[in-house]
Amino acid sequence: MRISKEEIEHIASLARLYLSEEEKELFGSQLSSILDYMEKLNELDTKDIEPTSHVLPLSNVMRDDTLGYSIPRSDALMNAPDRTDKFYRVPKIIK
Amino acid sequence: MKDVDIINVLKYEAVIGLEVHAQMLTDTKIFCSCSTKFGSEPDTQTCPVCIGMPGALPVLNKKALEFIIKTGLTMNCKISPYSRFARKNYFYPDLPKGYQITQYELPICEHGYVEIAVDGEIKRIGIIRIHMEEDAGKTIHEGEGNYSLVDLNRAGVPLMEIVSEPDIRSPREAMEYMKKLRTILRYLGVCDGNMEQGSLRCDANVSVRPAEQKEFGVKTEIKNLNSFKFVEKALEYEIKRQVKILEEGGKIKQETRLWNSERGITESMRTKEEAHDYRYFPEPDLVPIIVDQKWIDEIQASLPELPDIKRKRFVSEYGLAEYDADLLTSERPLADWYEEAVRLGGQPKAVSNWIMVELMRLLNEENKSIEGCTLKPKQLVDMFKLIEKGTISGKIAKTVFEEMYKTGKDAEDIVRDKGLEQISDEAAIDKAIDDVIAMHPKEVERFRAGEEKLIGFFVGQVMKLTKGKANPKMVNELLKKKLS
Repeated sequence: MRISKEEIEHIASLARLYLSEEEKELFGSQLSSILDYMEKLNELDTKDIEPTSHVLPLSNVMRDDTLGYSIPRSDALMNAPDRTDKFYRVPKIIK
Repeated sequence: MKDVDIINVLKYEAVIGLEVHAQMLTDTKIFCSCSTKFGSEPDTQTCPVCIGMPGALPVLNKKALEFIIKTGLTMNCKISPYSRFARKNYFYPDLPKGYQITQYELPICEHGYVEIAVDGEIKRIGIIRIHMEEDAGKTIHEGEGNYSLVDLNRAGVPLMEIVSEPDIRSPREAMEYMKKLRTILRYLGVCDGNMEQGSLRCDANVSVRPAEQKEFGVKTEIKNLNSFKFVEKALEYEIKRQVKILEEGGKIKQETRLWNSERGITESMRTKEEAHDYRYFPEPDLVPIIVDQKWIDEIQASLPELPDIKRKRFVSEYGLAEYDADLLTSERPLADWYEEAVRLGGQPKAVSNWIMVELMRLLNEENKSIEGCTLKPKQLVDMFKLIEKGTISGKIAKTVFEEMYKTGKDAEDIVRDKGLEQISDEAAIDKAIDDVIAMHPKEVERFRAGEEKLIGFFVGQVMKLTKGKANPKMVNELLKKKLS
């Protein structure tokens, strides 16, 4: 299965990655071979098998609506590349 | 934009669908135990789960699920026995994980409807789905130069998204639908419906088509409709804009537009080509939700009486006019206030009148809702008793009522402290009438010459002289006797 250059560029832009021409070529062929490998699964007949979205045999794990602890603001902001004393700070982006 | 000829607009039919986001009134966030309180100091209500620290795992808030099932049942939805979460992937600074946990192909509620009344006609608006998701944080762009600030307190607050069928045909219907959702959500106590604070938000999909055409036209999506008025105004504008383009032989571009409330127009935000590719996939960090019938039945049994049913009951049980019943049931606390006053012995129509006229006026003056009202139903009923006993006149009662509302004092104390007792003493009223007659000889002459409508003038003068305290019935009788 061959991934087109346009698809690579689209995926890269969704992930905010900027790839050189060589990288587009390299990752394109690597992704293609990964997909080829996964293609093998299509050889199995899965007609009677329910799709799995979760590997654990669990459902309805829930918590009560009870207030717990939040972390101090200084801790929350500690790892941010940029911040003020109260906020995270980011380059200006308008949606 | 120049107004499009009304005839042109009438040749077209608008097709509208609304996506409404409602913040749920839980104490804690949807996947962690941080507070959802509005207006706190920025970035003080967060934890590793809601700011997306590696390895932190979300756990669903049971109350949020209960709230959405409540809402689904009320809006006549089918509750899915099996439901799960999905990841919606995109980058934005208010979304710490780089994806939003939402629901995609298996939402919790589907295929419902609500009914709205437009010009006396009942219309059914279909609900495609109601699903749960987490809210994003808040970005502040103003006044920060080349930077934006991010407050993640709101990140992870539970939202429900209510998606309507494209059943809405006019801006007016859209507004009525929106109001109906708000009333229901507030009745259920699942959302406070505060549009200014953003607890209730709305995006609209709108297209137009020639009246005889079956297929839908190309639609645009309008964002940022944060009041009922804006829903109506933005749709009115957008419909005209689309009709104008079509009339001039142009084509509608499928795009997202933003309502600019200051300029009263919609502006292009992004076109379909730039539209996001969200790459949804099932959320591996959360297990599926299985809702059994027993729980659904329990929730069904716990639902409060809803506005439509309450309104009909108010008409049949209390003999109220449709309009009055509609207003009194628009908010559950108001309906409760009304019924409490009636239960305590207030005459149903009198209670309704006093609420609709006096209480609403006073509340509106202060921009308050009934929840912020300190006046108790019992105080109104006690005031009624004073009117019945003849202690105060209906006119003075208005003064007493306002005083009760403002000070919280009981009617009896106000009447005593301010000396507002009605004057029913014949001698005192006689004296006032004599004075009025002496002061207005010309009017007396005209009255006696047959100008009988002047009786109103004399009553007014007597009331003025007695500071409104004279018993009006006695004033009328005595005046007629003296003047004839």
